[in-house]
Amino acid sequence: MDGDHACCEGALAAECRFVAGYPITPSTEVVERYSRRAPLVEGAVFIQMEDELAASIAIQGAVWGGKRAMTVTSGPGFSLMMEHIGLAAMTETPCVFVDVQRGGPSTGLPTLPGQADMMQARWGSHGDYEIIALSPNSPQESFDLVIDAFNLAEQYRVPVMFMMDECVGHMMERVVIPPADKIKIFPRRYTKLPPGRYLPFRPEPDLVPDMFKAGDGHRLHVTGLTHDYRGYPVMSAEIQEQLVHRLVDKIRVNAPKIWRNEEIAVEDADVVVVTYGITSRVATEAVALARKEGIKVGMLRLIVCWPFPEPRIEELAGQGKGLVVAEMNYGQLFFEVERCAHGKAPVLLAGHGGGTVHNAEDIAAKIMEAHKCRS
Amino acid sequence: MSVVSELEKASLSPSPGAVAPDKHPMDDFMRMDRMPHIWCSTCGIGVTVNCFAKALEKCKIPLDEVAVVSGIGCSGRVAGYVKVDSFHTTHGRAIPFATGLKLANPKLKVVVISGDGDIVAIGGNHFINAARRNIDITVICINNFNYAMTGGQLAPTTPEEAVLPTSPFGNFEHPFNLPFLAESVGAVYVARWTSLHVYNQTNAMVEALRKPGFSFIEILAPCPTIYERQQKFGDGLDRLRWYCDNSEIKNEANTKDVDIRLRDKIIVGKFVDTERPTYLDAMNAHYQEKLGARYKKYEG
Repeated sequence: MDGDHACCEGALAAECRFVAGYPITPSTEVVERYSRRAPLVEGAVFIQMEDELAASIAIQGAVWGGKRAMTVTSGPGFSLMMEHIGLAAMTETPCVFVDVQRGGPSTGLPTLPGQADMMQARWGSHGDYEIIALSPNSPQESFDLVIDAFNLAEQYRVPVMFMMDECVGHMMERVVIPPADKIKIFPRRYTKLPPGRYLPFRPEPDLVPDMFKAGDGHRLHVTGLTHDYRGYPVMSAEIQEQLVHRLVDKIRVNAPKIWRNEEIAVEDADVVVVTYGITSRVATEAVALARKEGIKVGMLRLIVCWPFPEPRIEELAGQGKGLVVAEMNYGQLFFEVERCAHGKAPVLLAGHGGGTVHNAEDIAAKIMEAHKCRS
Repeated sequence: MSVVSELEKASLSPSPGAVAPDKHPMDDFMRMDRMPHIWCSTCGIGVTVNCFAKALEKCKIPLDEVAVVSGIGCSGRVAGYVKVDSFHTTHGRAIPFATGLKLANPKLKVVVISGDGDIVAIGGNHFINAARRNIDITVICINNFNYAMTGGQLAPTTPEEAVLPTSPFGNFEHPFNLPFLAESVGAVYVARWTSLHVYNQTNAMVEALRKPGFSFIEILAPCPTIYERQQKFGDGLDRLRWYCDNSEIKNEANTKDVDIRLRDKIIVGKFVDTERPTYLDAMNAHYQEKLGARYKKYEG
């Protein structure tokens, strides 16, 4: 099956029982499959909303009603959803936003791939907050990783961005769906405290508060305004500091538990290609080409793109390895890598505007260049 | 941290006024620890909150099963003061949030209380589509003819000729006729009352809460600080007197004929009360027909 269908199946396996969407290429296959599957899965609902603003907040209503929920879109729709990524961050509503990236900006290339929404995923809504973003590079990983997306959303009560691209979305590969008992589900962290004792935004030791849902008898308030532990709006610098600093810290402090990379032949490498999503498949080929030329090159594939794995990049740069960032844009995570390298190693961009994947030769050429810079 | 621990203490310790003789009738319904509220003296929003509490009492709906969703603006603050599960969402998006909440847990009585700018300007698309789908929610739109919280700018409900900060020479835009709009897009219950009509307003809420499907109540509410003052209507009480002299109750009036002009008589009443399958009823019936025994009725 293709990556879009695998994403839908993964969401169902992750017990996602509410999907609200608005049609947009190249993501529609995810919701088309879900709309066909939902009537036959107990407790599952699909609704096609009137726009992406509606879809991205309907899922949050559903979450507070007790469901696991996601919405699915591509660039232009993702732009419309930014307001509600901020709402989910502020109200700590666990939910998943799937972005099957296409070429942009604006309407761009509806049917062709891009990887240029990476910074938008991180910074798109106003104000200060942290999110988690994952990037699969195959239909199998689309299935497996979207389950992790739901689990991370629940564990940290944060919106999780599932950053696919048109290639992974439409690529047909064999997908093995494991038996249900082999799939780990992180349950929603509902409070065990009775109504009256429970403060909905008082964090637990991991900086994440436990949750309630509407109808449980707590009769509590949830607001996008700056709020205290009770959930009441408080317009003060003290409460802003207490709340927003924690929203940022709950991801930053827990980042070592969230980071996940795949590393290939990094140990002995002089040059490391840093990449993610579909571009990692081309980079694998580029690494093989460069190795044939006698260059010791490895690959670091980011599975979790946000929070950014700063210490690992620092470490590689500190070892003097040249870094080549291969991504389908003209520099997004590249600047993160450059920042974390602290000038200790050459960092080169193997960029591409999207519309098709890189040529392996172009990435290989950057590897050679980085190798040259290093020596 | 001292602020926090004091807040925490305040919210966990029983209210000193919890004994019966000192009990305010709204104690069970309002978050008294959030008083005083932000609304201006003689503003109509508080009247609607009061009527809503009465309506819930009359309907005997347990407060644990009620959820209030608001958008942004003066009326958007209602969610913060009512002691039920309440959600203060983004500007214009209370209805789609309520849609998700209701579909996820159909046992909840979901009520959207918000303003005219929130519901029919920035949220207009959601309003018409939720009514079309007949989502089983009640929408109470408190119409004060302007964007009061931001200083009284022109709204899509502002009558022609009304002078406001962004219509300094008088409004020349044609305003929405909300009951006509609601009926035309499929609302099964449509009524309009003013802040003066507390009994009618409460009864409309009772009927709307009992009505399966998308019910809509427009409440014309005085905005003493901005709208009334700028139109030289006086304060909120003067405006209520004006409503008393200038409202005409016309139940079942054709909604086409109930548009509002700056100083003309205002038609109020219950305009629409009809039946249509709700979104979930339609979904369940449809899938049962198409999928037969393979489909298990969705109940949340």
